[in-house]
Amino acid sequence: MNGVHDMGGMQDMGPVERERQEPTFHASWEGRVYALWRVLRARGGTWNLDAFRHDVERLPPADYLRMTYYERWFTWMIAKLVSTGDATPNEIETGVPAQGSGRATPPITSQRAADMALRRPTARRDVPAVARFTQGQPARARNMNPIGHTRLPRYVRGKAGVVVLDRGVFLFPDTNAHFLGEKPQHLYSVRFSARELWGESASTRDSVYLDLWDDYLETV
Amino acid sequence: MADNEDKTVDRREFLKGAAAAAFVSESGATGSAGGAQDHDHQIVPSDPTLRVKALESLLVDKGLVDRAALDVIVDTFETKVGPRNGARVVARAWVDPAYKARLLQNATAAIAEIGFASYQGEDMVVLENGPKVHNMVVCTLCSCYPWSMLGLPPVWYKSAPYRSRAVIDPRGVLREFGLELADDVEIRVWDSTAEIRYIVLPERPAGSERMTEEALAALVTRDSMIGTAKVDLTPAGERP
Repeated sequence: MNGVHDMGGMQDMGPVERERQEPTFHASWEGRVYALWRVLRARGGTWNLDAFRHDVERLPPADYLRMTYYERWFTWMIAKLVSTGDATPNEIETGVPAQGSGRATPPITSQRAADMALRRPTARRDVPAVARFTQGQPARARNMNPIGHTRLPRYVRGKAGVVVLDRGVFLFPDTNAHFLGEKPQHLYSVRFSARELWGESASTRDSVYLDLWDDYLETV
Repeated sequence: MADNEDKTVDRREFLKGAAAAAFVSESGATGSAGGAQDHDHQIVPSDPTLRVKALESLLVDKGLVDRAALDVIVDTFETKVGPRNGARVVARAWVDPAYKARLLQNATAAIAEIGFASYQGEDMVVLENGPKVHNMVVCTLCSCYPWSMLGLPPVWYKSAPYRSRAVIDPRGVLREFGLELADDVEIRVWDSTAEIRYIVLPERPAGSERMTEEALAALVTRDSMIGTAKVDLTPAGERP
């Protein structure tokens, strides 16, 4: 989706503002939102990472830009809990379970949280897939504008680069985000010269590397 | 496909409603941030603390989450992971050429070697900076970041200014970080759009030849491992 989240190459967003001695979380609620997100996501199913990213991308653009990072997450979480039937808007508003609603057993214990805190479910898949490109081969990022989720940024579409490395087989976010299967395929590190991306004013030396899936690329 | 499109529209409509409900925007009392982050935190929800507390309490009462599990995760990220992890890897690579070779060849395995074996699932890649090559890392689409090695990303890394400009104007961005690179230095920007996670192996600073591995690790800053700074002889903790 050509959303506001796809920011590479946009201009006039202002200077990069850095905070000295920045804390991990700026308020305790941010930490709680982060932890809730981790624990809820560990339940699997439709709580997959790609679907989460796509939901956040689909926040109304003005809200996306206005909100802080964890505000987006909290907003998403509320919507998700309601859409999965885990909670009703009224319950979320009051913080109290509806009368007669059952009580589950938390799937993630503190022991399991300790085990998983620093682990990510890998997106690498140990399945055979045909590699359409080899190291050193020129490749062009396809000019495509899907309305769903994609990890092919706008600024690189239609541009020619060179495959520098085959990183192996990974699940494909464009389908996984929509629960249409993992469609595992090769992922390549592709180098694009700054000149190819940005024109003559760019440095002749500089370049941008992206990890792109087979389906994003076409032969030159 | 049509079915799926309908669903995504529904999701969007719902998110619109949720955005309106979750945060009463504009005029809320400031609470969470302030200071240098006003730019990014200018609209603060009116009562985020209460709303999040209510949600947590609801989910605990429903048996969907265990409060102690939440505490463990917050504590892990506040006290147990951070740039110190990455700094240990960098310092080891500086003092041990064989380790450095393994690190550049297969970072995931080399990182596991030095006591981070339980940090599984990240496909790590280490990028070596040198006098004529400078690597820097961004995620233009969201906030992908090697958090097992560096902790959670700083606000600026997730901000629109950095995400938008790092790929089109890396030299300008680096200048704002106080790093002026000569024209003959090649800049490689790595846009982490997939599930590969990058850390930069910065150059070992001149004058550090006699330092121990531990002392070297203390020099390595978070920003130097993102590629927006170099390492000098000022310990990371004493930098402004």
